[in-house]
Amino acid sequence: MVQTNSAATDTLPPLTSPGWVGDTRFLLWQIVLKDFRVRYRNMSLGILWSVLNPMVMIVLLTFIFTQVFVSKTPNYPLVILTGLIPFNFFTLAWSSSTTSLMDNSSLFKRIPIRTEIIPIAVVLANLMHLVVQLGLLIVIGLYYGVYPTWYWLWLPLLWGLELLCIMGLGLATSALHILVRDVRYVVESVNTVMFWLVPIFYTFAMVPDRFKDLYQYNPVSALVLASRLVILEHRHPPETLLWKLALVSVVSFFLGLAIFRRLQSRFYSYM
Amino acid sequence: MPMIVASVENVSVLFQSQKHNLLLRQRIHNLFRRGKSDAFHALNGISFEASAGEGVAILGQNGAGKSTLLSVMAGVLKPDSGTVRVRGRVGALLELGAGFHPDLTGRENLILYAVLMGMSRRDVAERFDSILEFSEIGGFIDEPLKNYSAGMKLRLAFSVAVHVDCSIMMIDEVLAVGDAAFAHKCVERVKRMRDQGRLLMYITHSTEALGEICSRAIWLHCGRLMLDGPVNEVAAAYADFMADPHRRFRDPAASGAPTAS
Repeated sequence: MVQTNSAATDTLPPLTSPGWVGDTRFLLWQIVLKDFRVRYRNMSLGILWSVLNPMVMIVLLTFIFTQVFVSKTPNYPLVILTGLIPFNFFTLAWSSSTTSLMDNSSLFKRIPIRTEIIPIAVVLANLMHLVVQLGLLIVIGLYYGVYPTWYWLWLPLLWGLELLCIMGLGLATSALHILVRDVRYVVESVNTVMFWLVPIFYTFAMVPDRFKDLYQYNPVSALVLASRLVILEHRHPPETLLWKLALVSVVSFFLGLAIFRRLQSRFYSYM
Repeated sequence: MPMIVASVENVSVLFQSQKHNLLLRQRIHNLFRRGKSDAFHALNGISFEASAGEGVAILGQNGAGKSTLLSVMAGVLKPDSGTVRVRGRVGALLELGAGFHPDLTGRENLILYAVLMGMSRRDVAERFDSILEFSEIGGFIDEPLKNYSAGMKLRLAFSVAVHVDCSIMMIDEVLAVGDAAFAHKCVERVKRMRDQGRLLMYITHSTEALGEICSRAIWLHCGRLMLDGPVNEVAAAYADFMADPHRRFRDPAASGAPTAS
């Protein structure tokens, strides 16, 4: 038999308090894969749902706002889609990372891995949706004569900030959810409120001036605004908007991490 | 002189009972009944040292603190007082199926489990075939885990665990699950790991077949260390104690005052 376990006493490190020894990046990747697989394994349509779901919303909202409440916005389906994609990603990633620690408690109950990895991995696992939905955006864009331009290079930065923000929120709520099991319903309610507060089916121009500044501090709205400027109007996002998004995202991430670390020591006795 | 690889000094773990603590309504309710605490000692002033190449059984009935001790030694739980120090990686063969997901295939679970136990990408690639061979799962490896029997899951978990480079190996009474042939193979493998210089900690509530793996035993009762010594003596004292219903349900050192503060 192959001798995989070479003598354990050859070179032993000094006595230290016990902790996880391993490859953190590989573990993060494996948890991302796990979350993705578990989510889609038992669906016959699998990842197609991330196309079908926004399609239904586009058709519905287009019907209502071109036939019922008549809107004069050009390329209306594309406007909706540029609003829906950030919103969908935000709600899905945040709510799934909120329950992620609870769902994966068996992973860290007996093995001292860095628990932060779990909510972060689950946010990252949702990126697959994003890729599929951005594909949908390109297809629908081509149909309306809107082509990818160099301005699209802003998108990775904008989405990177958004990811940071969601990770922060996910870290905080996943830790709180271990202690108080109704946190997930709070997150769901906030997400419902967000659907109306984020300019999805309306444009930023329709927002009264006195609220415009406040809107830009909402990271989802800021992302929608910036994406529409970049994709639909071929313009650079204004610097103030970028600063606001960056500020909110960085603060959210570090605050979330601080809350998580604060509560971490109490996880074991609540599992 | 064998090297000390695990040192547990005066370790105590205090648990607050919080089964009614999870909903907001109950939290508010609890605010008004302060002062009445349900804290109890899961571990109470435990001290011992163990060396490389030793086989140590942790004996005790349910709720004696065996799993808490395992968690503290693995680094999952920080003790409220006292210190735990270990040399190198602590490997743990967990209770059956912990960390496994029923919808993933055996292969996917194997890899995830191996990474959790600390293997790098390279280790997994190099040892995969050897793990699979040891598990005797064969072609079933690409089936979802929900189609596995309990014995197959144990074989998968055990095979990964014995392929991890660790200096301390903790086994939480799982060896009994597989069939006789595999159980024998496991015992042989575990003995070889011990002889190669690992510290082996075998957590159990029964005294069967202990002598083969362990030369020493530590007996826990209600979070206290009752006896630490040669396996035969400790096992005999434990068996006597367990046979006496009047003693086994009482916290031995708490003859007068209650332990919980």
